[in-house]
Amino acid sequence: MINLFINDQKVSVEPGTTVLAAAKKLNITIPTLCNHPDLCVAGNCRVCVVEQEGARTLIASCATPATEGMRIHTNTLKVRNARKHVVELLLSEHRSDCTKCYKNQKCELQALANEFAFGDTIFIDLVPYHNYSIDRSSPSFMKDDSKCIRCQRCVRTCSQLQHISAIAVANKGLHQKISSFHDKPMSHVVCTNCGQCVNRCPTGALVEKTAIDQVWDAIYDSDKHVVVQTAPAVRVALGEDLGYDPGERVTGKMVTALRQLGFDSVLDTDFTADLTIMEEGTELLTRLKKVLVDKDPKTKVPMFTSCSPGWIKFIEHKYPEFLPNLSTCKSPQQMFGALAKTFYAQRIKVDPSKIVSISIMPCTAKKYEADRPEMRASGYKDIDYVLTTRELAVMIKQAGIDFRNLEPSHYDSVMGESTGAGVIFGATGGVMEAALRTAYEIVTGREVPFKNLNITPVRGMEGVKEATIKIEGCLEDWKFLEGAELKVAIAHGLTNANKLMRAVSKGQASYHFVEIMACPGGCIGGGGQPIPTSMEIRKNRIDAIYSEDEHMTLRKSHENPEIIAIYKEFLGKPNSHVAHELLHTHYTEREHY
Amino acid sequence: MINKELTKVDLIFEKVSAEEVLRKAFEMTSEEIIQQVLESGLKGRGGAGFPTGLKWKYTAAEKDPEKYVVCNADEGEPGTFKDREILDMVSYKVYGGMAIAANAIGAKEGIVYLRGEYRFLLPKLLTELETFHKMIKEIGYDFRIRYCLGSGAYICGEESALFESIQGLRGEPRNKPPYPTSSGVFHKPTSINNVETLVTAMMIIQHGPELYASLGTKDSRGSKVFSVSGDTPTPGIFELELGMTVQQFVNEFGDGDTKAVQVGGASGFCVPRKKFAETIIGFEGVPTGGSMKLFNSSRSMYNVLHNYLEFFEEESCGQCTPCRVGCQQLLKGVEKVKKGEMKSTYLNELMKLADTMKIASKCGLGQSVGNAFKSIVENFREEIIY
Repeated sequence: MINLFINDQKVSVEPGTTVLAAAKKLNITIPTLCNHPDLCVAGNCRVCVVEQEGARTLIASCATPATEGMRIHTNTLKVRNARKHVVELLLSEHRSDCTKCYKNQKCELQALANEFAFGDTIFIDLVPYHNYSIDRSSPSFMKDDSKCIRCQRCVRTCSQLQHISAIAVANKGLHQKISSFHDKPMSHVVCTNCGQCVNRCPTGALVEKTAIDQVWDAIYDSDKHVVVQTAPAVRVALGEDLGYDPGERVTGKMVTALRQLGFDSVLDTDFTADLTIMEEGTELLTRLKKVLVDKDPKTKVPMFTSCSPGWIKFIEHKYPEFLPNLSTCKSPQQMFGALAKTFYAQRIKVDPSKIVSISIMPCTAKKYEADRPEMRASGYKDIDYVLTTRELAVMIKQAGIDFRNLEPSHYDSVMGESTGAGVIFGATGGVMEAALRTAYEIVTGREVPFKNLNITPVRGMEGVKEATIKIEGCLEDWKFLEGAELKVAIAHGLTNANKLMRAVSKGQASYHFVEIMACPGGCIGGGGQPIPTSMEIRKNRIDAIYSEDEHMTLRKSHENPEIIAIYKEFLGKPNSHVAHELLHTHYTEREHY
Repeated sequence: MINKELTKVDLIFEKVSAEEVLRKAFEMTSEEIIQQVLESGLKGRGGAGFPTGLKWKYTAAEKDPEKYVVCNADEGEPGTFKDREILDMVSYKVYGGMAIAANAIGAKEGIVYLRGEYRFLLPKLLTELETFHKMIKEIGYDFRIRYCLGSGAYICGEESALFESIQGLRGEPRNKPPYPTSSGVFHKPTSINNVETLVTAMMIIQHGPELYASLGTKDSRGSKVFSVSGDTPTPGIFELELGMTVQQFVNEFGDGDTKAVQVGGASGFCVPRKKFAETIIGFEGVPTGGSMKLFNSSRSMYNVLHNYLEFFEEESCGQCTPCRVGCQQLLKGVEKVKKGEMKSTYLNELMKLADTMKIASKCGLGQSVGNAFKSIVENFREEIIY
């Protein structure tokens, strides 16, 4: 252990601990900006500078490891003056139109300004000297360079967590900026729209492209019937933006709030998550049969899941040779969208042209997905607008709803019923677990051999998870699988996905079924979720997801009565012709840069 | 006050037999080489002045079998051109110094990071390198040198940014610690030395540490190659014993009307006429990597400062706040004061900002912008305002 003194208080820490972390142990707060718990150290904003006795300069506490006998002071005049200068400097190159900014009161720079830079501005406003631009090309987010403080959190996120580097640092000195390959618009580079950068940007430089106003317009348009769906991961995170602790489930209150906002039908993406399991599970078994029995060379395994639009764009850019391995199933959002303007419209006897279909998603890539040209199976744009969890919280606040005191209520029917299998889609490993619960039962007629249906080997925060399930006692139709060992793998976060893909493409790993989610922790860690995020927060959300699952009466997709009914009344059977028309899609190879 | 007469020295460009010196060096143990360099009192000749012997000692003490010697030939400080001359005239001594350093620290590979603008020297340097490789092979010493070219960024002369650049990454300084001696290029223990330092080290092995230690002063041993430019009848490269005052230097190189000398380039200090006599050129006074720029009374010190600030505004890597934004503020600030758009007292705010940049910037670039700024504003305030 290393002993050091911070503000004359002694603290012992493990070797390698930073001064910042050591101070935290003493409950001494040092302000930070470029630092983020998910990212490697940068040490470039210099807000966290502290004084070390005997050192020539101040040191960045986030980047300096504690050493034996070190004496640190976090609040000397020298430190305060330097911090004030640093914050003032950042403000001087930042367009401070705070009251109009989407991040107003959620901005980390603003919070620091509040502490260090009130009163008269010291420095010259540099914004007019720069030719700042706003990139609105992405359907998911906007990049406003005039708000950027060059902390490089986004750059580190994109390279370290997502292995994409769609954005990187360009130029030097006063011209330094965060840019894309050849300064192309974000819509024309490898960006997957995952929004992880948006989730970590401390200012308003990267924000989701909001659809709040359009949604209000639809709600107030008496000619329209507005249908809303909520993704599994939203219910375990929305509370964070409304004053709850991470990991509190607010499903029932959220449903009530949506009704109060004026949505005409409040439905659940979990329903189409269950539907996805039926379609994808059947597709998997069909593929296995084609490969194992028919020896069809055109059918590919492993089959990859296709729920995560960030992952879809990633594989389209980086591993297009594996596109035949992607499940053809649309994501639950898009299955929902296709059904909302067909099946549901018929059900409620509303002309589909009058239906406005809204989804509440933990994700910014879903905005992009809804805009994909393939997503018009109903004859209309299947999903009209996508809102993130954060945007829903804004709407609830705009409407002045007293969220905490709302009476919980249930989703409307139909397309509002779901099972625990649908809920766990929100966590890494959840799609796999849900699929196994159903597929195993289809093949053997028995429940998966795990206590309480909890398939624990596919759960957890490990970057890449693997499991093998032995299939025994198959029913007559599935005898070809008797004794087979089903090898599955799960990755979350595109850096982990890339590791897995590299192993698969080099033949170092072979699986039958692979689940990949673009975001760390799965959808609960999505780019559209409440800010901030950290491993701890994501774990809390995941715990809430599994607890939601445990509280459900039905926990297997194929037992959802609305699912049974929709096949009977509308779709026929899984992978039927109608199902293919509405619920399946195709993919596009994209450029590699 | 200890000071010496201005004395010209001929060590750096002295013709020697590299083979002879290297045979001698390779018979020495690592400890012996390091001991001699330590005794000589040699400090790094790039400008920062870290004791070379200590740098080698720390690198030698590292357990990692993969170590590197890097020669910093990214000579980018405005007004410095001595490394170009050294490479042009006696590259074999640079290679020799690298081989001696490699022997001292236990490295098998050396990398010369050559300033992009010096590309024209490369064909000649590579031919000479080939000769050198043949020679050490004959001696039976296992050491290879390769070249890596910069692309024109001043910041890549900062050692850790230089490593990043060699690794094919964006040239941005790293957080320190860890220092290069434990984690340098490719994150391996690395001794990174200036061109002149390496040549000097070779000459110390040739002549023994006593000769070198007998030159200069207690804090600034030996001699140093100066790049003399500006308002001087005799611009050029001169090797001088350390310890002279600016006055003595001006007596030798001035045009009779010198009002200021910028010692150490854009990141160095401006010495006004009234302080010539009391200021020693060296680590006890104004340290320099070699750049000596003389200004006579026809020069506007506002223009000089403006030029330096424009340089820094462009050449900051842009990574850390104090340097990226601070340089822009200093430049825009003096411009506005000059135009009368800001009060002259605004210079006081800028002086405080320069102090912050000195202690809060991530690397030596940002930390030294304040040197030129403060010394020019302090001594020529009226020229900045009016």
